Amino acid sequence: MMMMTRRAGLAAVLALGLGAAGSALAAEPLKVGFVYVGPIGDYGYSHQHNEGRLAVEKRFVGKVKTTYVENVPEGADAERVIRQLAQTGHALIFTTSFGFMNPTAKVARQFPKVKFEHATGYLRGPNLATYMARFYEGRYASGVAAGRLTKSNKLGYIASFPIPEVVRGANAFTLGARSVNPKAEVRVVWVNSWYDPGKEREAAEALIAQGVDVIAQHTDSAAPVQAADEKGVWAIGQASDMSRFGPRSHLTAIVDDWSGYYIARVQAVLDGAWTSTDTWRGFDAGMVRLAPFNPAVPAAVKAEALKVEDEIKSHKLHPFTGPIKDQSGKERVAPGKVMADADLLRMNWFVQGVIGDMPK
Amino acid sequence: MPLRLEARAEPSRAMVFAAPVIAIAATLCLGGILFAALGFDPFTALAAFFIEPVSTVYGLSELLLKATPLALIGVGLALGFRGNVWNIGAEGQLIIGAVAGGGMALALYDVSGLWVMPCVLAAGVAGGAAYAAVPALLRTRFHANEILTSLMLNYVATLFLGWLVHGPWRSPEGYNFPESRMFTDSALLPLLVEGTRLHVGVLFAPLAAFATWVIVSRSFLGFQIKVIGMTPAAGSFAGFGPRRVIWFTLMFGGGLAGLAGAMEVAGPIGQLVPIVSPGYGYTAIIAAFLGRLHPFGILLSSLLLALIYLGGDAAQIALAVPFAVTQVFQGMVLFFLLAADVLIRYRVRFDAPRSVAS
Repeated sequence: MMMMTRRAGLAAVLALGLGAAGSALAAEPLKVGFVYVGPIGDYGYSHQHNEGRLAVEKRFVGKVKTTYVENVPEGADAERVIRQLAQTGHALIFTTSFGFMNPTAKVARQFPKVKFEHATGYLRGPNLATYMARFYEGRYASGVAAGRLTKSNKLGYIASFPIPEVVRGANAFTLGARSVNPKAEVRVVWVNSWYDPGKEREAAEALIAQGVDVIAQHTDSAAPVQAADEKGVWAIGQASDMSRFGPRSHLTAIVDDWSGYYIARVQAVLDGAWTSTDTWRGFDAGMVRLAPFNPAVPAAVKAEALKVEDEIKSHKLHPFTGPIKDQSGKERVAPGKVMADADLLRMNWFVQGVIGDMPK
Repeated sequence: MPLRLEARAEPSRAMVFAAPVIAIAATLCLGGILFAALGFDPFTALAAFFIEPVSTVYGLSELLLKATPLALIGVGLALGFRGNVWNIGAEGQLIIGAVAGGGMALALYDVSGLWVMPCVLAAGVAGGAAYAAVPALLRTRFHANEILTSLMLNYVATLFLGWLVHGPWRSPEGYNFPESRMFTDSALLPLLVEGTRLHVGVLFAPLAAFATWVIVSRSFLGFQIKVIGMTPAAGSFAGFGPRRVIWFTLMFGGGLAGLAGAMEVAGPIGQLVPIVSPGYGYTAIIAAFLGRLHPFGILLSSLLLALIYLGGDAAQIALAVPFAVTQVFQGMVLFFLLAADVLIRYRVRFDAPRSVAS
């Protein structure tokens, strides 16, 4: 009980302080903070979030001031950084990595007037929203192109960690490839890192040595694209258009585009209309898109992948529509049924056609 | 005017203390120039980096929180370094300490009581020490170089923790995300200052430093470590071999690293996650040398290194200084310290070279 009152007292003091700061808001620009797990120069995940931040700056010149903190380790440090942003007058704070979830939730409870948005997590609160993109839609569409282009019927997938997000992506890629080429198989290699150019390159080379001729990746460096370029096989870029790293190999890329979402959420705060929401959108909201296809890709293949993109965008096609079998051949999704979001969110099994195990 | 280094007859005692100060002063000067070159006002930037982070009670509490694992590990490592035992595996020992402590917290998930938290810490110490016993055994039994074995075991520890949180210890409520359940309040370290994250574990750092100082300066074991560190052969002439020193220093350092790991997960983190340390085990090596391998010096150097981390984040938020500057600062401190060490054994002469020199 004692604790309760003390907590409440602390909250009241904080609220007072923020209220006072709020009255000056009319003149002062809105401060928006971003916390990144990687360096903004990774040309991958954090880079794309930063592009979103820059889009916010450009859109709201004079009205919004943004701050970012890069390379924040997931662990004890995140809470301090998030808290410091909250304490220094940031009214809206985006924390962009799954490992920031519990720290964000903790700080959100201490700063009820500040709005928090956490990417890829599942904890929400009155002032804590979540957002994520349906990257698997892009993976499915790129899988269609990969399934058409492979000559060996061996596709490779460089995976980071066995979390549902990554498993879902590998599955969507496999389903996309097999929708046009039932003989295609996807070999999954785990590198246990989000960003490790050395390991990613090794994984790419190992896959190519096994006869793989299209490589997809769920890691952030451009090393696999470069390795593919040297060996003359196709590669699908991750997070941003990586064509400059492999002018010959870069088939397309699954581009994360957070600009629209970030602008909309900042606008909502400026309008006083922000509410805690749970956003999970894909092609339809422009959060995911395919990078321009390599000019060497045959027009028919490109057209087919783009058609799939359109169908997903208009909700005519859902990548996880049954029948879907798992690796053992057991039917997991009945014909014609679409997997529920809740099941997609906790997916921890591979579909038929994936070669490789989940690390157990 | 030619500048010349002249060997001192005796290492300068004054310089032992002055060298770190000179190093820090040089770092600040060059840091100021660096900031100016990047287009920041050097004084504002240095203030944002080094003063503002610790200008509040909360900031100070974060400084102590961050310095604690560095100090604990650094103190333990330094004891080994004095005895020529090069434990580079503190990161792994920290992780196994976190695993053991976290495992205890999860095993006692349904239990509450004042004894739960001490069990968590004890498990952390035991885990870290046991993990350090591996390189100790390999060194004493097979003469395998402990630098390599302990370093390699760091990767094993990281993967082991990853396997646990992706697999058997994964939270049942966590949507298959790699994290354990949140520990219960009984397993967590009580807070020292309400409203901050500073927990009682911070007190272990000065305690460990004091205990280490007693060992080094007041015990026969400390004497053995020193002798073996300076001249291994002299030790064996005197009738004591390096085995005991290797075992003791590795287990001691491992135990303290394990304690640091358990305190991270039972403190600010509150659960097991794939990454429990931003490289404390490696940074502590810098802390040990920056503190001249002296327990109390290491307390100070840990505070300095913690401040550089905190300052890096703070300067990013306040002035949009890039993250790389933090790493440059760390590098500069170490570089200047090693450079300033020359002054302990040499003095700088500005006069013309004398023929009698040497």
